[in-house]
Amino acid sequence: MTPRWRVRLIGGLIIAVVAAAIYFPILRRRVKRAARLQQQSEEQARRELTQPVVINPGDPRVKTKLFWGSDTDDSTLVPVTVELPLSNDPVLRSKQVLNTLLAGPVDADLRTLPPDAVLLAFYLLPDGTAVADFSEALATSIPSGIASEQLAVDSIVRTLEANVPQVQRLKILIHGQEMETLAGHLDLTGTFVVNSKPVQVPPSDKTAAAAPGTLTPEKAPGKLAQPERKP
Amino acid sequence: MLLAVRNFVRIRILFPLRLLTLVLLSAGMVSSSRTPASSQQPSTGSPTSVPAGASQAATAGSAVSVSSAQLQQTGLNIVVLDPAHGGTDPGARGSGGIRESDIVLDLAAQVRRALEAQGFQVVQTRQGNENPSFDDRSATANAQRGAVFVTLHISSTGLPGTVRVYVNSALPTVTDSNGLIPWERAQAPFLGLSRKFGDLIQGMLVQRFKGSPEVAQTAAVRQLRTTAAPAIAVEISSVAVQDRAEIDRMAPGVADAIARGVAAFKPSYVIPAGPGARP
Repeated sequence: MTPRWRVRLIGGLIIAVVAAAIYFPILRRRVKRAARLQQQSEEQARRELTQPVVINPGDPRVKTKLFWGSDTDDSTLVPVTVELPLSNDPVLRSKQVLNTLLAGPVDADLRTLPPDAVLLAFYLLPDGTAVADFSEALATSIPSGIASEQLAVDSIVRTLEANVPQVQRLKILIHGQEMETLAGHLDLTGTFVVNSKPVQVPPSDKTAAAAPGTLTPEKAPGKLAQPERKP
Repeated sequence: MLLAVRNFVRIRILFPLRLLTLVLLSAGMVSSSRTPASSQQPSTGSPTSVPAGASQAATAGSAVSVSSAQLQQTGLNIVVLDPAHGGTDPGARGSGGIRESDIVLDLAAQVRRALEAQGFQVVQTRQGNENPSFDDRSATANAQRGAVFVTLHISSTGLPGTVRVYVNSALPTVTDSNGLIPWERAQAPFLGLSRKFGDLIQGMLVQRFKGSPEVAQTAAVRQLRTTAAPAIAVEISSVAVQDRAEIDRMAPGVADAIARGVAAFKPSYVIPAGPGARP
């Protein structure tokens, strides 16, 4: 090999090394970006599964009754009608109305539920029993007492009763656990009657309405603590 | 970054929790569907009277054994007073350092004196600053014959100076062939009497404490559910007052209303013929 060829070969190799040195970080950045994109889409999918249900503006707007406290008597509930785009799916619809209920009224004094309480999960079983799993704040931040605990549960039950006819009974869990009481008084071991009349349910499911272990109100359904309103 | 952390929390913590919820739920369904079946097998073997059976059943945490035939023979002469909370559980707490558990204990002493003046025997579920379980308190009541049960509370909310009486929400009545009532639903056969008792006392209270309801309210009060006697909860509003003296001033009136209410209820105290029957 002549010295001239040797110089050319070394020159070529140097150029290759320089080119590689320039290209390598670019390549590495691209691989990283690709990996991040993939991870993001996985995260996106999971987030969609676990994210609190947001109102979809595409859904038809319907009049939604939300039961908050009364400004004249803090032991009674008053329905507030707002127009919300609600899903037709009973589970999504329940999540939407309960999240709106948790978000609270304009006047914070009329809240029935603690502002930091979150709906973690909502299930609807084929027999019409719904299970609402709330964060611990529902039990820890609520003022302790029969009246206040009853008002909180009643606002949840009556809001579901008014907006989701498929829900017949409601079981309340706190952070995935069954609790004996909400905050020392109100019994959470049973289920609360929401709608006593099954809606669009095949006749065979009607017998489930008399399921054992249910707490049924004495008078009308969903009016567990509806105090008599005197003129 | 914050979003990523929140997502991580959601995925790694909440997702398993949700799975746990499902598992718990199905477990709950299975156990609740088994409850009536298990009540068919009395833990004590045979129908036992309230005094012997109830306390045993309570400690075993299974079924209360109430023989209706024995209950029929007795009239009302005992009042079981339950000062709620106590021990590590202060109950409702006001901004002025007022603790529900302290006030109800003092209130119980006043109610006790008023009832004893009317000739009733009084049994308390707690004497000092201890916290018996819901079942222990019910066991104290269920061990008496011819008793009514009054649990005393101070609320966190409501118009100060008013008093509310609560009766348990309706419970499905389940009895077995021996006439035994499951412990978990011991209140069921007594709901009609509890309502009558509650309305009488609320009627006495509203005369003195204006703004109170005129009839007893209905609520799923845990303490009442396992009590096999006419049972009510009395809740005074509220710990939100600045000075404890405001609640203490109500105590004599509440005590007097309860004592007069119990006396007025005495003639109506006819235990239903069977645990399933309602007056």
